[in-house]
Amino acid sequence: MCTHELPLSTLVLALVLCLPAAYAAGPNLGQPVNSADIAAWDTSVMPDGTGLPAGSGTSVQGALVYAAKCAACHGANGQGGISSALLGGGPITSINAAEKTVGNFWPYATTLFDYIRRAMPWQEPKSLTSDEVYALTAYVLVLNQLIGENDVMSATTLPKVRMPNRDGFIIRFPNKL
Amino acid sequence: MLRDRSKRRSLDPVAGNEFLHRRSFLRGGLAAAVTGYSVVKTAAAEPLTDDPWSLVPGAVTRPYEQRSRFEDQVARTLSNPKGEARVQNARTPLHLLNGTITPNGQHFVVAQSGAPDIDPERHRLLIHGLVKKPLIFTLDALARYPMVSRMSFIECGGNSAPLFSPQPIQANVQGLHGLVSCSEWTGVLLSTLLDETGVDRQAKWLIAEGADAPTLTRSVPLSKGLDDAMIALYQNGERLMPANGYPMRLLLPGWEGNMNIKWLRRIKLTDAPGMTFPESKTYAQILPNGKAYQFYFVEEVKSFITQPSPGTKMSGLGQYEISGIAYSGDGRIARVMVSADGGKTWAPARLQQPVMSKAFTRFSMPWRWDGRPAVLQSRAWDDAGNAQPTRAEFVAQRGELKTIPPLAAFPNQHFNGITSWAIDEKGEVKHVYA
Repeated sequence: MCTHELPLSTLVLALVLCLPAAYAAGPNLGQPVNSADIAAWDTSVMPDGTGLPAGSGTSVQGALVYAAKCAACHGANGQGGISSALLGGGPITSINAAEKTVGNFWPYATTLFDYIRRAMPWQEPKSLTSDEVYALTAYVLVLNQLIGENDVMSATTLPKVRMPNRDGFIIRFPNKL
Repeated sequence: MLRDRSKRRSLDPVAGNEFLHRRSFLRGGLAAAVTGYSVVKTAAAEPLTDDPWSLVPGAVTRPYEQRSRFEDQVARTLSNPKGEARVQNARTPLHLLNGTITPNGQHFVVAQSGAPDIDPERHRLLIHGLVKKPLIFTLDALARYPMVSRMSFIECGGNSAPLFSPQPIQANVQGLHGLVSCSEWTGVLLSTLLDETGVDRQAKWLIAEGADAPTLTRSVPLSKGLDDAMIALYQNGERLMPANGYPMRLLLPGWEGNMNIKWLRRIKLTDAPGMTFPESKTYAQILPNGKAYQFYFVEEVKSFITQPSPGTKMSGLGQYEISGIAYSGDGRIARVMVSADGGKTWAPARLQQPVMSKAFTRFSMPWRWDGRPAVLQSRAWDDAGNAQPTRAEFVAQRGELKTIPPLAAFPNQHFNGITSWAIDEKGEVKHVYA
């Protein structure tokens, strides 16, 4: 675009006009990727259920997975061990974070699925099937008496579970959102 | 220090308990000692001889330098040294460091499941979701993008949590405030990469994900992502330390450490926050009324004195330099005031230049200890107009625990009140509430 025959003033003007545009365009070294390839990593589950996979599970099924893969850290009945307790629905009586549990604090049930699938069990994260994750999610929700023992958790039912503390949060700095 | 001893003159105290006016400090010497406590004695000079290291050749220079073996005790303290199946914390020995840059081996760490051993050749950064064109970036590709460098502190949201205790916990600066560090970070602005992916109009948030075992995720407002968020590749000039996010991390200057996702592998633009585990539990702070803050984000204006501080003992009467660190996630430090009488009187501290936004600012104040009990405090203001609260003001709003927590626990977060060090007649330094 910048030729040899132009007067200097034109060349300078051209540089002034071209350079910022050239930077704005960027190196363009990102590789395009299709949605099928993205899916392998995109395990984010949103509070409205977006991102939940096919499959389902119940608390009874979850109890078996729990005993095999979770109880060693979270206690035989979710009461806690070297890792945090999974139940406890009592009202919060102090500012101590130790009182926070799924039952009395977490605002959305979908977070259980998202977190168990990506992070648990501790020594073998991402090893559970979707059915196992639904079953464990149901098991923890039953421990906290938030669903019935025979309720089936799935992409349809899980987002509808209403957590008791849903409205217990205050955005600290709304102007930062 | 004392260029012109002939002009020795008395020192001008500028606030209670013997702060020294800077000009006097620079010009004058030390006034005669007071009240029975003798000035630290200058050891009678021993005859000068050649020490052994002056008589033999020194060590071979190493490819990567190690510090002196005499400095081994200057190290981080570990909460989980055996790597048990729980979080690992390493606290920075801020009371043994100086200046404003944290050496890479001393940077604090909070790792939910250890540091992954990432092969940089295989690492990928995926940007997708509400973008025009999802893209994958390799480390080699990012190396060809325009880079920026900036000083920035990173602070864990749970730093200073021991000060929620109803009684002052006796610990040093490292134990109380050691989950904050400051580095020069170099990398590619996230906005540069989003220029290439394009951003859909509905996008309001991004969810950032690490490549560690729990693939930790946090939701970040897109406005921050387009402002000063960086894909950081270098820490104080060299590649990131493994536990600090090698080979790349999200840097959100001034915002809660946990959000600065380490081992960054994925950024998904969304129209709403993901309500991920950390933001649904750990990083939501219970208030006295039973409600909880969510999306706190900002590490607010804070300061504390690192010298003198608990664990050090005053080495006699006379002149000292009070020194400490101030920082704010909302901008530059505008002013730091220091008190030696528990907040009755204050004097302005010197700020080490240049003062940079969202970075450590070193402050100092010459002080003459006269042997009487003193309570040292610092208080910072930022250029956004925020003042560091007193501890009493802070707990009146945010609450106080009913019982004394373990030192390394995180009963609550985002404490930024004033810290007080009491010095008794013996020169012992203790943590107090004043």
